Amino acid sequence: MTVASNENLATVAASARPAAPRRQRGALWAWVVFIIGALYFIVPLIATFEVSMRSIPLFSAYTNAFADPGFFSSLLYSFVIGVITVVLSIVLIVPTAFWVRLRAPRLRPFVEFITLLPFVVPPVVLVFGLIKAYSRPPLPLTNSEFGSDALLVFAYVVLSLPYMYRAVDSGLRTIDIRSLTEAAQSMGASWFTILTRIILPNLRVALLSGAFLSLAIVIGEYTIASYLARPAFGPYLQLLGANRAYEPAAVSLISFGLTWLAMIAIAMLGRGSRTRIQIGGAH
Amino acid sequence: MTEIASVTAERGVPPARPARRFRPGTWAGLIPFFVFALLFLGLPIAFLAFGSIADNTTGAPTLDNYAALSTPLVVNAFQTSIEVSLVTAIVGGIFGFLLAVAVILGRLPRVLRSALMTFSGVASNFAGIPLALAFIYTLSAEGMVTHLLRGVGLNLDFKIFSKFGIEIVYLYFQFPLMVLIIAPAIDGLKPEWREAAENMGASSADYWRRVALPILTPTLLGSMILLFGNSFGAQATAYQLSAGLVPLVPLAIGNQISGDVLHNAGLGYSMAMGMVAVMGVSIVGYAWLQRRAERWLR
Repeated sequence: MTVASNENLATVAASARPAAPRRQRGALWAWVVFIIGALYFIVPLIATFEVSMRSIPLFSAYTNAFADPGFFSSLLYSFVIGVITVVLSIVLIVPTAFWVRLRAPRLRPFVEFITLLPFVVPPVVLVFGLIKAYSRPPLPLTNSEFGSDALLVFAYVVLSLPYMYRAVDSGLRTIDIRSLTEAAQSMGASWFTILTRIILPNLRVALLSGAFLSLAIVIGEYTIASYLARPAFGPYLQLLGANRAYEPAAVSLISFGLTWLAMIAIAMLGRGSRTRIQIGGAH
Repeated sequence: MTEIASVTAERGVPPARPARRFRPGTWAGLIPFFVFALLFLGLPIAFLAFGSIADNTTGAPTLDNYAALSTPLVVNAFQTSIEVSLVTAIVGGIFGFLLAVAVILGRLPRVLRSALMTFSGVASNFAGIPLALAFIYTLSAEGMVTHLLRGVGLNLDFKIFSKFGIEIVYLYFQFPLMVLIIAPAIDGLKPEWREAAENMGASSADYWRRVALPILTPTLLGSMILLFGNSFGAQATAYQLSAGLVPLVPLAIGNQISGDVLHNAGLGYSMAMGMVAVMGVSIVGYAWLQRRAERWLR
C-alpha cells in the first residue's frame, strides 16, 4: 500500500529521494477510493429522486405527500417527542456530569459505564424489556396514550445517554467549573442558579450539538415507536412504503434532508469551538 | 483546593473533616440519574433476565429457555446476524479506513475532506426505513442500477431481499461510521514517526507495514467491533428489507414482541439476553483495545 505523506513531509523526503512519482500514485489511489465512496453515497439518492419523479404530473409525489395529513401529524409528533427528549436529557445529564466532575470523580467510571449501556442493549431489546416492565401494575404505562408517549420519551432519553453524556462531559472539560462554582457560591448563588446561569450557558455548543444529533436519531426512529404503537414518523414512513408507489421516495428524500440539516447545524456549531463533537451512528 | 471547596460547599459539615469518599453528599447529586437508569434501563433488563430463567407457565426457575436457544431456527438467526455483522464490520471497516486515509493523507483537495466528514455524519445516522427504500429503488429487480445494467446487457443475478442485499445496505451506514471513528486516529499519526522511519531508509510501504499499521491496529480493531455492534443491533432497516426472508436475531425478537410466533414465550427472553451477551462481549473487547490504543494516540 502506498500513500503519500502530507505537505511538509514530502519536502523533507524530497531531499532524500524524488517524491514526485509517489505523490502522483498516492493521489490517483486516493481519488479512486474517494470516487467509489462518493458513488456509494450518491447513487441510491439519485435512484430515490428518480422514483419520486416518475409520478405524473411532475412533483406530484411531493405534493401528494404533503397533502396527506398523516405526513405532518407524524412529523410533528416525532419532532415534539424529540424536543421533549432533548430537554429531559439535558435536565438529567448536565447536573450529573457537573456533579461527577466537581464532587464525585471516584464515581466517574461507574456513571460512564451506565451511559454506555445503551450500546449494549439494542433498541429492540430495550423496547421488549420496557413493554414487559410497564404493561402491568404498579406502573401500567402502556395502557394509556399518555403513558405510552412518556415511555417513548424515556426510551429515547436512554438512547441519547451516550451522546449527550459525552458531549456535555467534553464541554465541561473546557471550562474551569471548580473556580466558576466557588466564585458563584462565594456570592451566595444556589446550586440551581449555578447550573442554569453559569454552567448551561457555557455548555451551549456541546448541548446544541448533542441536541441536534438526538433529534436526528429520534425523528427517524422506527423500532421503539412501532412496538409502542406510537403515531411517529418512522412507522408512518414504513406504512407509506408498503402502500404507495412514489410518495415514499419523496418522503425518504425529505427525511434524508432533515438529517442533513441537523448535521450541517452541528458542523456549523463545531466550527471555532474547542469542544470535540461526536456525530456517530445510532441504530 | 478541595479544602476550601468543601468548606464553602457543605454548610453544616465541620471544616476539620477532610473531603473523603462516600459521604452521603457525594451521592446526593447523582440520585436522579441513578433512579432514571434503574427505572428505564435496569428494570427492563431485569425483567428480561428473570423471564429468561423462569418457566413460561409455572414461573419456577429453569434453564429451559436457554436450552431452547439450540433450536435450528434460533441458531440460524444468531449465525446469520453474526455473519452479516462480521462481514459489514470488516468490509465497512477496511473501506472506511481507506477512505479516511485517502482524504487525510492522499493529497485530495481539502474541501473533499470536510465534505466527506459531513456526509459521514449524515450517512451513519441515515438508517431504517428510508435507507432500505433508497436501496430498493436502486438495486431491486426494478431498481435504477439494475435497469441501467440490463440496458448494457448485464443481468444482475442479485436479490436485494437477501443476506447479501442486507450487507450491501448496511455498508451504507457502516463505512461512514468507520470514517468518523478512525479519522482522529489517522490525524494522530505523528509526522515525526514517518520522518524517523524515512531517515532510517524505510520506504512508504515499510513505514505503513512496520510503524503506522501496528500503531493503528488496536484502534482499527476496536472501531470494527463498534461497527459489529452497530450492525448487530440494527432492526428497522432489516425489517423493511428482509420481508421475513432473512432470519436475523433482532427480527426474531421483534416477532416475539408482536406475538408468540415461536410457540415458546420464554425463548424471546433468552434470545434478548443472548443479544445483550454478544453486545456486552464486544463492548468489553472494544474498551480493552481502546486502552491499548491510547498508549500511542493522544
